[in-house]
Amino acid sequence: MEFDPVLLARIQFAFTVSFHIIFPAFTIGLSAYIAVLLLMWMRTREEKYHRLARFWTKIFAVSFAMGVVSGIVLSYQFGTNWSRFSEFSGNVIGPLIGYEVLTAFYLEATFLGILLFGWNRFPPWLITTSAVLVAIGTAISAFWILAANSWMQTPAGHEIREGIAYPVDWLQIVFNPSFIYRLAHMLNAAYLTTAVVVLAVGARYLLASRHEEESRTMLRMAVGMIAVTAPLQLLIGDLHGLNTLEHQPVKVAAMEGHWSEADPGHLVIFGIPDEEQRTNHFEIAIPYLGALILTHDLHGTYLGLTDFAEDEWPPVANVFFTFRIMVGIGLLLIVVGLWGLYLWWRGRLFSDRAFLRSTSHMWPLGFIAILAGWFVTEQGRQPWLVHGLMRTVDGISPVPGASVASTLALFVFIYGVVFTMGIYYINRLINRGLMGEATKAPAGLPNRPLSAAEEATREATGREPGDGPGRPLTELKR
Amino acid sequence: MEWYLPVIWAGLIGTAVAMYVILDGFDLGIAILYPFTHVEEERDLMMSSVAPFWDGNETWLVLGGAGLWVAFPLAYAVIMPALYLPVIGMLLALVLRGVSFEFRWVAKPQHRKWDIAFAGGSIVASFLQGAILGGLLQGIEVADRQYAGGAFDWLTPFSVFVGLAVVAGYALLGATWLIMRTTGPVQELGRSLAPKLLLAVMVAMGIISIWTPLAIERVAERWFSTPNIFFLWPIPLLAVLVAYGVWRGIERGREALPFVGTIVLFLLGYAGLVVSNVPYLVPPHLTFWDTAAAPASQVFLLIGAVFLLPLVLGYTAFVYWMFRGKIAPGEGYH
Repeated sequence: MEFDPVLLARIQFAFTVSFHIIFPAFTIGLSAYIAVLLLMWMRTREEKYHRLARFWTKIFAVSFAMGVVSGIVLSYQFGTNWSRFSEFSGNVIGPLIGYEVLTAFYLEATFLGILLFGWNRFPPWLITTSAVLVAIGTAISAFWILAANSWMQTPAGHEIREGIAYPVDWLQIVFNPSFIYRLAHMLNAAYLTTAVVVLAVGARYLLASRHEEESRTMLRMAVGMIAVTAPLQLLIGDLHGLNTLEHQPVKVAAMEGHWSEADPGHLVIFGIPDEEQRTNHFEIAIPYLGALILTHDLHGTYLGLTDFAEDEWPPVANVFFTFRIMVGIGLLLIVVGLWGLYLWWRGRLFSDRAFLRSTSHMWPLGFIAILAGWFVTEQGRQPWLVHGLMRTVDGISPVPGASVASTLALFVFIYGVVFTMGIYYINRLINRGLMGEATKAPAGLPNRPLSAAEEATREATGREPGDGPGRPLTELKR
Repeated sequence: MEWYLPVIWAGLIGTAVAMYVILDGFDLGIAILYPFTHVEEERDLMMSSVAPFWDGNETWLVLGGAGLWVAFPLAYAVIMPALYLPVIGMLLALVLRGVSFEFRWVAKPQHRKWDIAFAGGSIVASFLQGAILGGLLQGIEVADRQYAGGAFDWLTPFSVFVGLAVVAGYALLGATWLIMRTTGPVQELGRSLAPKLLLAVMVAMGIISIWTPLAIERVAERWFSTPNIFFLWPIPLLAVLVAYGVWRGIERGREALPFVGTIVLFLLGYAGLVVSNVPYLVPPHLTFWDTAAAPASQVFLLIGAVFLLPLVLGYTAFVYWMFRGKIAPGEGYH
């Protein structure tokens, strides 16, 4: 059986990085939310903020664990699957990854210990400080990773000698042309995505008449956040698109399904791009709107796919469709934000069944949009691994296709299990609900620090954790 | 090229790897000991004793990998494809055990599968880390600045043996950690297993110390030529003395000494490996200097590391100190 090692290496990396990005996207937003809740609690001393923070911290813990373990994989996969790329670019983007580890990874991982396990041991200020540090750590992490990724999209500040990239100007390397746009777009996406999850959970509780006080707080915070970040995302996305048009015009041509500079700049709403016939089938387009968006001129022109050699094209249909999925969800979320604001203004935010029922199912939307957005930008970079400098086919490791294929199968199996169970457990935590007073000692065991997980067990099963198959705790002290 | 930059970086990465082996060693170790008890509360306690730390501990593995890429891109680009299967296998095993820290608690009372994932993932990851070490020690085929061997070159009786030795070593770290941090039946478990594990580790270290110079000529030359031998003989002697101290410590019911002694034992073994292989990063072909990144890149991250590593060590110590002391049975941080 013959394997195509390039294709397999690409599939494997796409699979592991797609799996990974879901969790950082959520934990960037969620850590910030938990930090805000704890700060509110410190300021107002209202218990609902405390209960909310503890509840979300449990969900955070499960997602963070999945993010960490899938992230460690990536730091080795550059070498295992893309060794020629690693050698080519190590001088330039290696240090950026190194700075991520030193400035962010340790910060998150270390203070997470206090945030997750310190509730019964440490004073509130230390928990709150740890939450803030974890939130800052996740954002710093995004800074370095997006700097490295952006350098692959719009390399700058380097020179090539004997087939290897060398640094010339670190400021230019880090703040390369697309970096600020990509960073803003991703961070805002993380906050928006988390707000949508918080909204969905709050709506779900309100529909079931559970935790009403806390759910109202969740709804108010989430609707406010979506109403700001969703329109902001459209603005940042537009600026990012203009930046891409300047530096990677062929990517924009694929995103827009625009075949030639001679074509009028219609905005294609839907179509099926056909690379062979160089046209879109079943096209529905708004005349001149594309030109207006991209050139700010109704009759402006911009390059189309046929203005480039065909071996410069990204996979057009993939880029075209994933772009529409991302934008579609983005527009839908703007509507959700406005709808929520309107209901809030009319005093019906907590009672409008149509709003609660539809938003309670919306939790995956942000994640789908993020994945779609990454597919646009990463597939849109093809056939280049580092735009203009190294082609993807030239970056892979000298590893037999069979090795890549068998590990890919393992990745799919193990990640599949971990992901399915992770979603199932997060759902279970949401079903169990908020736990009430955190300091309440369990019956029969006074003064024992209360384990959140034991508490969760008790709520879910209606029995003490020491009951059942295991021996009672007292018997352990033999 | 400044000759000292690659040396500094080799020292830094060597330190990161040593930190990783010791720190993640004990939390992998307690999981390796899971099969020795079936009492749920005891397993809870074992996991709780490392839960606040494992994530920070594993970050040293990321620093080791990322550091290798930053400072020695060619070594990274040769080693990873050469050890492709064990590296990916280790990472996947770490995935399974890492998520078990959270999943196991949420899954209760149906948590058995995560007990298995936690112990199984840790055993496989530890074994493969040893096999990776063995594969590296026995040498890697390089031609034209890239890996030139097959997918299973790493798999030899030697690398399998080193893999088993690392499992025993981590289990010893885990057992002595339990002696230090817990009380009751879990501490007893540590006490009863630690001497057997210590014996296994010493035998394994002895065999590896004889096997490597017999199999690899440059190692024999390093250790047994004059004047090297005059400076090097204290390393194995010290190891034997420390092992005896650990043994006595366990027997006399000392709580911290066995763990600390085991760390020293690990460091001595590590020193032996360094002596055998310096200055090779990819034995027997590529040295620190052959594989170094551009000086500008090494300097750029070094500046950050000089300020950030002490900070990292500082707050790591702070968190360990905050969680100091014994964990009573039944007490979970969770």
